[in-house]
Amino acid sequence: MNRLLSYLNETFAVCDAEVRKLIRDPTELLSRAIQPVLWLAVFGQVFSQVRGIPTGNLRYLDFMAPGILAQSILFSAIFYGIAIIWERDLGIVHKLLVTPAHRSALIMGKAFAAGLRGLVQAAVVYLVAIALHVEIRWELMPILTVAAGVFVGSCIFSTFSLVIACIVKTRERFMGIGQVLTMPLFFASNAIYPLELMPGWLKVIAVCNPLTYLVDALRSGMIVGGTSVYALTTSFAVMLSVFTVLLLLAARLYPGLAR
Amino acid sequence: MPDASEPFAIATHQLRKCFDHFVALEGLSLQVPHACIFGLLGPNGAGKSTAIKMLTTLLDPTSGSATVAGFDIARQPVEVRRHIGYVPQMLSADGALTAIENLNLSARLQGLRGAERRARVKEALAFAGLEATASKLVRAYSGGMIRRLEIAQATLHNPQVLFLDEPTIGLDPIARRTVWERLEHLREKGTTILITTHDMEEADTLCDELAILHQGRLAVVGKPESLKAQVGENASLDDVFVHFSGVGLEQGGDYRGTRDSRDAIQRLG
Ligand SMILES: Nc1ncnc2c1ncn2[C@@H]1O[C@H](COP(=O)(O)OP(=O)(O)O)[C@@H](O)[C@H]1O
Ligand SMILES: [Mg+2]
Repeated sequence: MNRLLSYLNETFAVCDAEVRKLIRDPTELLSRAIQPVLWLAVFGQVFSQVRGIPTGNLRYLDFMAPGILAQSILFSAIFYGIAIIWERDLGIVHKLLVTPAHRSALIMGKAFAAGLRGLVQAAVVYLVAIALHVEIRWELMPILTVAAGVFVGSCIFSTFSLVIACIVKTRERFMGIGQVLTMPLFFASNAIYPLELMPGWLKVIAVCNPLTYLVDALRSGMIVGGTSVYALTTSFAVMLSVFTVLLLLAARLYPGLAR
Repeated sequence: MPDASEPFAIATHQLRKCFDHFVALEGLSLQVPHACIFGLLGPNGAGKSTAIKMLTTLLDPTSGSATVAGFDIARQPVEVRRHIGYVPQMLSADGALTAIENLNLSARLQGLRGAERRARVKEALAFAGLEATASKLVRAYSGGMIRRLEIAQATLHNPQVLFLDEPTIGLDPIARRTVWERLEHLREKGTTILITTHDMEEADTLCDELAILHQGRLAVVGKPESLKAQVGENASLDDVFVHFSGVGLEQGGDYRGTRDSRDAIQRLG
């Protein structure tokens, strides 16, 4: 009980500090919001007209809105590791690591802060979607589902980013790898086309991609008439398992940053 | 505060660290008594930071052993962390946070909660002389203010042993003196302090005992007075250094070490 309490206390400490930094520097949050606007307003509008991708009764714009929400979560969380490399180049990582705090609590605090940031981003994507007359579901449960998905998704991709940062250790290498990883993650998912449309090999990759489960859960939660391929419990079980594995991995690798 | 059952605050036995095939620290055996300021001297690249990182559990020794505050660094790392404070060579205060936020973060990670935490943070601000600027972003602080904040952060939980890696590098003489005063104050309260430095004046005025490291090897240990006496009448610590290591301080070091300390100077402004 006492251990759990100190674990939560440590997680809160890191999360609190991270959130304060985010609030102070909203430029990054805003600049990251531009991308989903472009995707929805340009790509989404055009493909809705063309009807190039069959999405059943759903308008293509409505179909892709949850995908673009997930994408915006992925693209901003995936660069979270840069901050860790920065903290390493200063002595901040060293300072945190000489405290008795649990290593995984330090990571969890950062992941939760990324989760909160994801929620703000989701609000921006909702605003854009409303402006483009996407049919949003406004009932409580669907909205909570979307919020939970966005939060866990942000935790997953920010922690994944942290793992990469712990491995590559320098900003240059990180930027390179970050660019290389995000596009495949995005395109090998159901974000902008349904799973059924994919060739077999791509489908295999998509089914192993956590982004797919996030998009799938968001699709029924965000959009009127949207349907999920997997049960929500399946999607959340997969996402929470992935997060747990990444958390443990990051907690193991994190101390290596101080060497 | 010192634990009477442990004769030394820090004791190392044949502590050794290799990076691949490069030996950064060769069989260091040292005993640091309680409530003293112990100086680890040496030019850039001598292995000072490597030694500190092992004693603060950041780096695993290649071989050898050490206890800090009575706890084994390899087998009881969490206990060691509970009883030490550490101010890294680099800038460790977060510039995007205020002094209070920096202190709160450290206090919470040290396990301080509620009223105790608030009281300790308040004391720490007073100790660092930063009450007036407590709510300003640390980014706007001078090098001396940042160092004082870092020392306050590292001592929130009243650690038995405090490690500081080049605490006054890049500071002007006045800021340097205020840092010394803080450290002397902590020693009076019973804290054992280990600092690394390549500044002879700092070693001479501040340290009760010195160890000179050169190229990863311990050249000599002793009190400043007795070291000087061993070298000759009117010998300075510079003479002591040259005598025991065979090199002047200015000649030591390598590119990496020089770059690191330059970086620190730049950041601390
Ligand atoms: N992580 C590392 N990998 C490889 N070599 C290292 C590493 N850290 C330190 N060294 C080397 O070990 C030697 C001692 O370094 P260090 O302990 O930082 O010296 P000091 O603090 O006395 O200037 C230097 O030659 C340095 O280049
Ligand atoms: Mg050093």
